[in-house]
Amino acid sequence: MSALEPDACIEMYRQMVLIRHFEELALKLRLDDRIHGVVHPYSGQEAIAVGVCANLRVTDRIVSNHRGHGHCIAKGADVNRMMAELFGRRTGYCKGKGGSMHIADFDAGMLGANGIVGAGLPITAGAGVAAQLEGGDAVAVGFFGDGATGEGPFHESLNIASLLKLPVVWVCENNQYAAETPVAAGLAAPNVADLAAGYDMPGVIVDGNDVLAVYAASREAVQRARAGRGPTLLECKTWRHHGHALRDVMPPERRPADQIALWQARDPIPAFETFLRTHGLLNDEQMADIGLSIDQDLVDAVAFADASPYPAPEEALEDVFAL
Amino acid sequence: MTRLSFAAALDSALAEEMRRDPRVFTMSTSPSPALLAELGPLRVKRMPISEATMTGIAVGSAGCGFRPVVHWRSVTFAFMAFDQVVNQACKIRYMFGGQRDFPIVFRANYATGLRSAAQHSQTGYALYAHLAGLKVVLPSGAADARGLLKSAIRDNNPVVCFEPSRIDPLEEDVADDGEGLVPIGVASVKRPGTDVTLVALGYMVYPALAAAEELSADGASVEVIDPRTLVPLDVDRIRQSVRKTGRLLVVDESPPTCSMAAEITASVAEDWETCRALRAPVRRVCTPAVPIPFSPPLEDFVLPDQARIAGTVRELLGYT
Repeated sequence: MSALEPDACIEMYRQMVLIRHFEELALKLRLDDRIHGVVHPYSGQEAIAVGVCANLRVTDRIVSNHRGHGHCIAKGADVNRMMAELFGRRTGYCKGKGGSMHIADFDAGMLGANGIVGAGLPITAGAGVAAQLEGGDAVAVGFFGDGATGEGPFHESLNIASLLKLPVVWVCENNQYAAETPVAAGLAAPNVADLAAGYDMPGVIVDGNDVLAVYAASREAVQRARAGRGPTLLECKTWRHHGHALRDVMPPERRPADQIALWQARDPIPAFETFLRTHGLLNDEQMADIGLSIDQDLVDAVAFADASPYPAPEEALEDVFAL
Repeated sequence: MTRLSFAAALDSALAEEMRRDPRVFTMSTSPSPALLAELGPLRVKRMPISEATMTGIAVGSAGCGFRPVVHWRSVTFAFMAFDQVVNQACKIRYMFGGQRDFPIVFRANYATGLRSAAQHSQTGYALYAHLAGLKVVLPSGAADARGLLKSAIRDNNPVVCFEPSRIDPLEEDVADDGEGLVPIGVASVKRPGTDVTLVALGYMVYPALAAAEELSADGASVEVIDPRTLVPLDVDRIRQSVRKTGRLLVVDESPPTCSMAAEITASVAEDWETCRALRAPVRRVCTPAVPIPFSPPLEDFVLPDQARIAGTVRELLGYT
């Protein structure tokens, strides 16, 4: 598939809008107290999950982090079951045991969102080892934030992936802040991608708000992994629209106003809309229709979740051990 | 029958299971050269000293249908991988609603009694037994080691196999016909008796048996039980013994707070049928709550031994 095929571009656009609308809805549902716990909205980073996953097959695997809704959707998860999980219902992906931070869809090759920073990298390497043992050409993609570079297993995993020539693509979503810490205050190197050289793999800086740039860079990395030539580190520079996480209130905005203005002007969705319009792939009306159709799907997802039963309390005792 | 050391029995169990099931692979910082030569570097992986990532690779690959065996070496190194155990391996099946099984074996030794000083002498198994979602086995001889490790590799859950280094050279007859599987969750009565139940963990089985022999000269009949599996614990077998003897002593070369010894005594105390059969207080022989020291007189002072065990049993026999 080439990114420049019209259908592929339109599908990427649809997924980006779906993720955005899902996230804005999740945020509203949380603030309205209709769902529980913590939500880490992916708004602003859609181009990365979508651009990377457009290169993947169902047999490829991804591992996500705490900000995982976008990765789920881009890898093909069903929004009804995602929404039901947010609502803590039995029909959710994890039967109500995971919630927003722990959605997984193993059948779709989505090996789970993870609440521990950096913990997904070793698991991604494990999916890479599995692909190598299977002997096919499946790849594993690990999504993580800039904050993960502060964790030891980040460095161990890059080293081991390179040593074992694992079919892995490391995708750092550098959204400029590890929770409240600016990236420059947490990482000695100017760029995350600079660290790749120390582990003898290509390190590529990508405009993470340009879905076609992400698609092209990850295509090369995925091809390299499929060909048995080992891992690549992609650093996608991006920006999250909201605070790190929210419970019942939006967290106070601590990022500088000029930085916010700069990045908001580079919102990946309007940027891609301009591309689609300019190249005659979609007009405004068609884009509006896509948005409306997605909103209807999300209304249906909420209705599905709301109508689904809660798990019976004693189901809390199930699923600890396999038989 | 083949005469095998504890260490050799563990090695042969791993090799047999790897030959039996192509999904089994192993990661170690020091793989067996013979196994590497036989099965190749893809399945016998030599890894850098990165316990956290080795452990996470096990979680990820298990979720993709493989059956990894991670050799942590000493449990003390496994603490570098604690997140991948506590937050990942233990919880991932449950947290994701049982979408996949995670068959993983972690092997961990500990070197109490070998003048290894504080960091390498801690048993650690109670820390792992505390975590929901993990099975824990602790064999005390070659045949059990072979049988339990094989069962652990075939189990569809994460299992930690604790291997007391003091037992490594001890030899035992191991049946070489058949699989020699030992079921997880079943205790072993090492010596039957009627007056006192002595539950001993890991290497402690040996001084416990010696104490039982010593006490038999005084006419005391001591039943020695090796739980062999810590999670799930064979509570029924232990209670059954205590209902018969009316006296319980647990020997655990770990500090007493939140220890397996505490768990075993609580399991007995909270069952009324067993509790009402007691003729003496339940007792524990543990290490004091100090790091294990290096110098021989210091280490010998803190570790449970035959004399302390026998002395405590005599106290219990004093209650009639």
